[in-house]
Amino acid sequence: MSIKGKAYIVGAYEHPTRKAPDKSVAQLHAECARGAILDSGLTKDDIDGYFCATDAPGLGPLSMVDYMGLKVRHVDTTETGGSSYVVHVAHAAEAIALGKCNIALITLSGWPRSEGSSGTQARNYGASAPDVAYEFSYGMATANGYAMVARRHMHEFGTTSEQLAWIKVAASHHAQYNEHAMLRNVVTVEDVVNSPMIADPLHRLDCCVVSDGGGALIVARPEVAKQLNRPLVKVLGAGEAPRGQNGGKVDLTTCAAAFSGPAAFAEAGVKPADIQYVSIYDSFTITVLMQLEDLGFCKKGEGGKFVADGNLISGTGKLPFNTDGGGLCNNHPANRGGMTKVIEAVRQLRGEAHPKVQVPDCKLALAQGMGGNLGSRHASGTVILERE
Amino acid sequence: MTTAQERIIQAPALNPENERFFEACKEGKLLVGKCKDCNEFHFYPRTICPHCNSDQIDWVPAKGTGVIYTFSTMRRGVPVPYTIGYVTLDEGVSMMTNIVDCDADAIKLGDKVKLVFQNAEDGTPLPMFAPA
Repeated sequence: MSIKGKAYIVGAYEHPTRKAPDKSVAQLHAECARGAILDSGLTKDDIDGYFCATDAPGLGPLSMVDYMGLKVRHVDTTETGGSSYVVHVAHAAEAIALGKCNIALITLSGWPRSEGSSGTQARNYGASAPDVAYEFSYGMATANGYAMVARRHMHEFGTTSEQLAWIKVAASHHAQYNEHAMLRNVVTVEDVVNSPMIADPLHRLDCCVVSDGGGALIVARPEVAKQLNRPLVKVLGAGEAPRGQNGGKVDLTTCAAAFSGPAAFAEAGVKPADIQYVSIYDSFTITVLMQLEDLGFCKKGEGGKFVADGNLISGTGKLPFNTDGGGLCNNHPANRGGMTKVIEAVRQLRGEAHPKVQVPDCKLALAQGMGGNLGSRHASGTVILERE
Repeated sequence: MTTAQERIIQAPALNPENERFFEACKEGKLLVGKCKDCNEFHFYPRTICPHCNSDQIDWVPAKGTGVIYTFSTMRRGVPVPYTIGYVTLDEGVSMMTNIVDCDADAIKLGDKVKLVFQNAEDGTPLPMFAPA
């Protein structure tokens, strides 16, 4: 069974806050849910499915369904890190296609900025995680994990820091028009490569922001979507894939997007050249380059050339990406960027992106999420969306 | 010089499955998993082969030599810079580790390295690698 055409994204909301120490995480989830419900034109009691990941406090859906007063008959807590919310769109479409629910709510929220989270701190997932004893003591953090990928990519393919910098430059060109973006200054390649080295070869401006906030989506069956007074954003296809160290046969220059991408394109019946806009998870510049290659927007190893010279800038480049400024400039709520990737793709397809970055007559978009760490184990989620 | 000796190394989180690995470290051995059924090595060592699902696994000492697959030196946001990397052992498996006893600006991918041990804060020796 395919999910092609079985569900539509009918509501989307991105929380405007970037720092919210005065709000609880549950409150942020509820504010995002309310925003998405209002955006859709539905009411809370129309929701009969709820999707969340481990950023939802307490016992996830148990706590949040009770807190928000939802009346649902289906829940899903798929956890793939920052890509979870891209995967949730696909799983919501599956649940709708199977008749498990009609209208699904997906929420994400968190305040890592208020908590002082940093990508340079080693992450400890607890003694029960089988890999922790073999990695945490070595100082495996977020930034140096992705940096190891970047260095290997440079070694194998000759990719340069200047090429990676173009990804940040493009994001900054878009962020200047986003009043909510944390970083609105347009930067140059020189600015990026001259910014302080964090974990070589990644500089400070190769890294995403740390922000509070969140977002929510509503996915509904076609009969519901067509009764609402909103542009129709149809789910065409999706793919998901985890990837890790393969028992020690480590290959850091291919990521799980090489598996989720083809699955999504096959289900959607389209190819990379058909896509007019992409949201690509951008925890770091290298994250974007790896996914663009593995999704097939260019050949493996040619990502550096592909992203250079403004090719990702809306209006001038061939493949406009992250027109909200992305994680590199706008926000990265809960250290999980998959939600905002889908939201900006929905804006583009609705024609509701900022006029300076709106892709003309945008009919086909791809939202790509990446969770975990490309330097150890990660999971990719890809969804292809079409304006009907 | 950037060495791990200058920083506090967190003790490994032990559990019933991995204690054996760190006991061997105290004898100067780096254990890797070797499957008696598919003959493949794996890292980190487990009791079930991640390649073929066999439960016939030997935890065998690695030769202790290999090459740097990749590395990165954390330079900001930490008290002392340190270099993390993957080393591909002669047995063919790559493991996460620290590259130590070297100038982090002088090492390259593909460089030959050898096994050394540095103690975590609780005294447990951890396998690391230095230029061979």
